[in-house]
Amino acid sequence: MSNEVTAEILGTHVLDLARQGRRLDGRGLDEYRKVTVEPGFVASADGSALVRIGATAVVAGVKLEPGKPFPDTPNAGVLTTNAELVPLSNPSFEPGPPHPRAIEVSRVIDRAIRAAEAIDLTKLCVTPGEKTWVCYVDVHVIDHSGNLIDAGSLAALTALAHATLPAKRFGIAESDSPLALQHQPVETTFVRLGDAIVVDPSFDEELACQGRLTIATDELANVVAMQKGLIGAFSPEDVKSLAERAFQHGDRMRKLAAGA
Amino acid sequence: MGSVGAKEVPVLLSPDGKRIDGRKLDELRSMRIVAGALHQADGSAFVEWGANKVMAAVYGPREVHPRHLQQNNKAIVQCKYNMAAFSVDERKRPGLDRRSQEISKVIAEAFESVIFVEEFPRTSIDIYIEVLQANAGTRCAGVVAASVALADAGIPMVDLLPAVAVGKVAGKIALDLKKEEDNFGEADLPMALVPQSGRLVLLQMEGHMTGPELSESLDLGVVGCRAIYEKMKQALRDRYQLGGPSEGAAQ
Repeated sequence: MSNEVTAEILGTHVLDLARQGRRLDGRGLDEYRKVTVEPGFVASADGSALVRIGATAVVAGVKLEPGKPFPDTPNAGVLTTNAELVPLSNPSFEPGPPHPRAIEVSRVIDRAIRAAEAIDLTKLCVTPGEKTWVCYVDVHVIDHSGNLIDAGSLAALTALAHATLPAKRFGIAESDSPLALQHQPVETTFVRLGDAIVVDPSFDEELACQGRLTIATDELANVVAMQKGLIGAFSPEDVKSLAERAFQHGDRMRKLAAGA
Repeated sequence: MGSVGAKEVPVLLSPDGKRIDGRKLDELRSMRIVAGALHQADGSAFVEWGANKVMAAVYGPREVHPRHLQQNNKAIVQCKYNMAAFSVDERKRPGLDRRSQEISKVIAEAFESVIFVEEFPRTSIDIYIEVLQANAGTRCAGVVAASVALADAGIPMVDLLPAVAVGKVAGKIALDLKKEEDNFGEADLPMALVPQSGRLVLLQMEGHMTGPELSESLDLGVVGCRAIYEKMKQALRDRYQLGGPSEGAAQ
């Protein structure tokens, strides 16, 4: 009960501020928090990255191992993306089977990587119909202070960009080779706070918001994935203008992921 | 889309601009909606849309199970979207997979955006969607069926929620994709519209679209949703017609 009351008071405050063009942490409506990207954070992974967006922290690790291709795509590798919202990252996360919100985060991260064709899956094929590389992308949220989709997808992209195929370890080739990326999808998330729409929501803004929209873009100025979530609505005109903002933000993040 | 290493791609658009089933780019598949198709549910609807067959039932407002989900200031909206094992070519393993859980989540959130949940504190409004036969666009068919079922159950809402998927087929923006177009097309964008406000409460997308193509898709989807909206209202009029067409069509 007290949680509901504090959430309601805080939510009202967040909406009041947004009406005046302000935010709880002092940011402008179109201002993203500071983003830092640290590739190679986990040495035991074949590719990894620690990404921070403000106080949100996410670690992504890529593991590559030989496996069987799916019968309907004998010439393609297998890509699996999973996001864990582990209980250490937030008091509201409990141990147990994946909550629908974790499933949504996983699937939206996966959708952007897959739809953008970030990895050329045909290059993962070793022997058609029999042997291929299976690429596991695991995203661990370690500090949830809002906007897990953007943090998780940037961590996944950076981890993939710096990943190595461990061909020597599995006796597939004489030496290891990089898992080159062919496209760079970046997700940008917005939430509605009353009549205002703000980018990169904090934890409290996600609680107070009236709808969330994620737009994934690639470096060729395509929208490759979208997801509207939470309770609320966006007009088609909102979506069109947010896509323009997502293109601009995506280009900034791609520079960061590549240059890091 | 999921065409990596796939089989041969069918011709999705003929030289004279006709689609694989002869439709024009902005043409919907045929649609039949039956409101009140079930006996036990508080509200129900059956939707046949192209080769999709989808049943929806609504129970509630009723007690919340499990109880800790109960909210003191509003009703919660729970949705279970489920595909029957026999609904697709290759048998689908029964039970909730991750796709179904994600779709259930976004559909529940879409409906909570239009239902007057604050009128029923400490209760649950449960929406069940069963896909019996699938041919692309099942989440949209599910939303249409569930929306009519909610109205049939007498749940107060801002408006009905028509839904449709827009996509990109052979480089062109097309309304209401069928299976081959979904499998071999370049993009898929399902949406649900609140006709009264003109806003979208469900929106997803996967594939490749430029900014202008995205704009065109949204506009085409809105037109499609408004056409579906009329069919939904007619289904409800047909169900509750008392003394004849004129009386039933009064409101």
